[in-house]
Amino acid sequence: MAAPLTLTVNLVARFPNSVSADARPGYSGFIVTKESLTEVATAIRDEFGYDLLTAVIAVDYINENKMEVVYHAYKTTGGPGLVFKVQVERVDPIEVPSLVEIWAGADFQEREAWDLHGIKFIGHPDLRRILMWEGFDGHPLRKDWKEAFYEEDTKPFKSRWPDGQFYMAESKNPFKDNINFPKDFDPDTLIVDKEEDLYSSLERHSTKDDDGLKTDHIVVNMGPHHPSTHGVLRVALTLDGETIVGLKPVMGYLHRNHDKIGERNTYLQIIPYTDRLDYFNSMSNNFGYAITVEKLMKIAVAERAEYIRVIMAELTRIQNHLVFAGTLLNDLGAMYTPSIYAFEERELILDIFEEVSGARMMCNYFRFGGVVRDIPDHVMQKIKDLVFERLPAKTDEMERFLNENEILVARLKGVHVLSAEDAVRYSVTGPVLRAAGVPYDIRRADPYSVYDRFDFDVAVRYNCDMLDNYLIRFDEIRQSIRILEQAIKQIPQGPINSQKPAYQVRVPAGEAYGRVESPKGELGFYIISNGKPNPWRYHVRPASFVNMTALEKMCLGTKIADFIALLGMLDIVMGELDR
Amino acid sequence: MENETINSPGYDIPDDIKNNIAVTTIDRLYNWGRRSSVWPLMFGLACCAIEMIAAQTARYDMSRFGMEVMRPTPRQADMLLVSGTVTKKMLPSIVRLYNQMPEPKYVVAMGACASSGGPFKEGYNVVAGIDKFLPVDVYIPGCPPTPQALIAGLIKLQEKIDKQSIRTAPWYSKMKDPNYVPMPILGPDLIDVRRNAEIRDAAATKESA
Amino acid sequence: MFGKGILKGLSVTWKRFWDTYLEDISWMLRGKKRYYTEEGIKHRSSADTKGIFTIQYPEEQLILPEEARYLPFLVYNVDAEGKKEVLCTSCGICAKVCPPQCIWIVRSNDPVTGRPVPEPTEFYIDGDICMNCGFCAEYCPFDAIKMDHDFAIASYGRNVLNMEKLLKPSSYYEGIRPQNFAREEEARKAKEAAKAAKAEAAASAAPTA
Repeated sequence: MAAPLTLTVNLVARFPNSVSADARPGYSGFIVTKESLTEVATAIRDEFGYDLLTAVIAVDYINENKMEVVYHAYKTTGGPGLVFKVQVERVDPIEVPSLVEIWAGADFQEREAWDLHGIKFIGHPDLRRILMWEGFDGHPLRKDWKEAFYEEDTKPFKSRWPDGQFYMAESKNPFKDNINFPKDFDPDTLIVDKEEDLYSSLERHSTKDDDGLKTDHIVVNMGPHHPSTHGVLRVALTLDGETIVGLKPVMGYLHRNHDKIGERNTYLQIIPYTDRLDYFNSMSNNFGYAITVEKLMKIAVAERAEYIRVIMAELTRIQNHLVFAGTLLNDLGAMYTPSIYAFEERELILDIFEEVSGARMMCNYFRFGGVVRDIPDHVMQKIKDLVFERLPAKTDEMERFLNENEILVARLKGVHVLSAEDAVRYSVTGPVLRAAGVPYDIRRADPYSVYDRFDFDVAVRYNCDMLDNYLIRFDEIRQSIRILEQAIKQIPQGPINSQKPAYQVRVPAGEAYGRVESPKGELGFYIISNGKPNPWRYHVRPASFVNMTALEKMCLGTKIADFIALLGMLDIVMGELDR
Repeated sequence: MENETINSPGYDIPDDIKNNIAVTTIDRLYNWGRRSSVWPLMFGLACCAIEMIAAQTARYDMSRFGMEVMRPTPRQADMLLVSGTVTKKMLPSIVRLYNQMPEPKYVVAMGACASSGGPFKEGYNVVAGIDKFLPVDVYIPGCPPTPQALIAGLIKLQEKIDKQSIRTAPWYSKMKDPNYVPMPILGPDLIDVRRNAEIRDAAATKESA
Repeated sequence: MFGKGILKGLSVTWKRFWDTYLEDISWMLRGKKRYYTEEGIKHRSSADTKGIFTIQYPEEQLILPEEARYLPFLVYNVDAEGKKEVLCTSCGICAKVCPPQCIWIVRSNDPVTGRPVPEPTEFYIDGDICMNCGFCAEYCPFDAIKMDHDFAIASYGRNVLNMEKLLKPSSYYEGIRPQNFAREEEARKAKEAAKAAKAEAAASAAPTA
């Protein structure tokens, strides 16, 4: 969406020498000169009121010999966003001023741009690789960087048909494996990185207490194999006794190169890959991707399909939050029973997904312009049974089961998570932001699909503590049930796709950023098309990854036992975090 | 195990003791004990891990097979269920976990990613199958395999355990750590230290980009 | 009172515990079998389910919905003489649309004329790369490739499927997806009828012309 006209005038008029409108066809926003980026960004935040920086995205325009960094800023009071970009020559070292001082939420995203694109952010406090390991050769998302199993720039590969003699990719690689080394590399001379940078970035000192007893801070590495880090996350902690005095998350243990593979795929082929981002909520992922491509293609979605999409997305939210409650209780020591109860409802919801889409988890259900198949009548009946009877009753039961439990309340109540100011500064979105008292829900703030037709409240709580973070999930389940009830009543008859089924779609050149309120927060997709069958740049702005930026802020000064609960509160999922 | 299978050692039993005493071979009894208490390592990698958890919950209930005891420490686990995409960054940790598991130990590659890299095979940070490093006993295709498919695969593993013999089991041999896998190193890319010479030669003859 | 919340929670688990037995009794009084019957499985996976939720795979199996998908397979018809007629025309759309590019087709050429003939000589699917997305079946214009329901395909080795393993008769397809099959048959018959009508019209038009 283009920024409103008044703003266009304002920003260019405010900085006539350093800001210009982006005039490329299909693009929107402003181009800011590198030198004045900090100044303009400060004005965008303070004068224009765009307090939430959601996405920092690097783009490699190798043909124009340029690198671009795209920033998306939004107002927490709602409305469309402001896009501003900075362009630099594609000659190493590529340097751009860091915006961490202005929006702390830029921290990890800038590190990702450094890791994958090799853009140095001047003034960044801790610019290390984030998804790959230190010492990795090259910046993989650059267009001239090729991986070991590289076959062609774009799919479909020519070797598959008509003369598709089967071979394994290993056989074509000089190292006979998915590895690549610089010429004349000798593994015996390698000096292995001992992660000194990571540990020196942790605050490390020793103190003397009153008795003159010298105490050292100790470094503890949690993960990547740890039962309560929700996957393969690793966190390096420094502890003073039991108090956390330093914390750095280390991620990338599930970095599956989603962006790079996506840039090779055709638009349609990306859909099943998006399923595997946040693997609890494949329907929400499909949703975000589909509306982004539809924005680029400028097509409308079939009316009935819009409702089906909403029904699926809300069912997804319910099962995600139920499982959240179950796993959180697991982390707190209530082993298994709550999560087994939660999984029971989840199974029933997954049955519906399996009946309409064919798979329990990886639904691959959305298509551009609609969905792949209609909901059969007997499945619709099942959805009605669930929504009108079972789910409200089971949510009540879950609340009766857990929410008054004294142990749970004692563990959660009064443990501070994030204040509203910090949450916004760190670009936190989703339930964590709303539990800090900021009623920011994209379904309301910047409505997509048919969410503007439903009557629902944005769940919000004001105590900023863990108990509120936990309870807000139940509030959201109730609101989702409300939306579902209306959607089921209002769903019209009609076609389920406005387009003819086609395995290749034509996407006009341009850029688009689409976002949905996934159960974990803002899930954004940024796509640049150059009119070819494959996107030029495909980037996912995952909620889990950006929310992780605030983890350090949340945990410093708390006890190590609360850290597990705080991590559970963020409700991260590694597939989305590492992509 | 059904009575008939455990009670038929393969030679004749006199009729008068047939229903009073269970006669079986040591192997049968030994394998019956092992197959009915395969404790998996509590270790999830990616999407498949969620289906693994689902298989533990009420609907599929893996405890019917004695597999509900998920052990967070490898020292107490019998089976490494590689449930998801193995990335290069994660691989050293997985190999370390495997080495820390006591014998007898089994590796199940759950899903396409663990078997061969799956849909992410072409990625720069993805290992093309855990079998490049660890000896895999059962491959379960699917992306992700449904909990029922996982259980079907684990039944396959039980069948494999049934065929093993106490006499030829490598873990009672004199060999120290028969399945020890040296730790891979993260350099410019993933380095399998068993292949250092080969990598050096291939890098020397590589056409420079 | 401290502890009231815990007791309240325990009442939920207590109720859930008894639900199983109450359900069992009510099924027994109605003279119906709750376990190992299709009716029982259906009830346990409906929104009214109470108490025990377990489907005891492998003795019981979840009823897979028609659209359920696992690995793809190729459909063939058996004609009157018992000859296999493979529906695939090796047009290559499935290979083009496949997201992880795991489909490999060798198109055959007529040895005399050198022109392509419809049937593929070789057809490979790397079952350990396939992500079960179903695109191949969805976009196949000849209804020649379909998604299978068979999930118990774990093996002791990698799963590269060739023609031999992929081909399944159309009766099998009809068995697992009756509604889809009926719909496609109808469409095919309508198309053939239209074609015949057109040919007839052309034939009847020809003499007058």
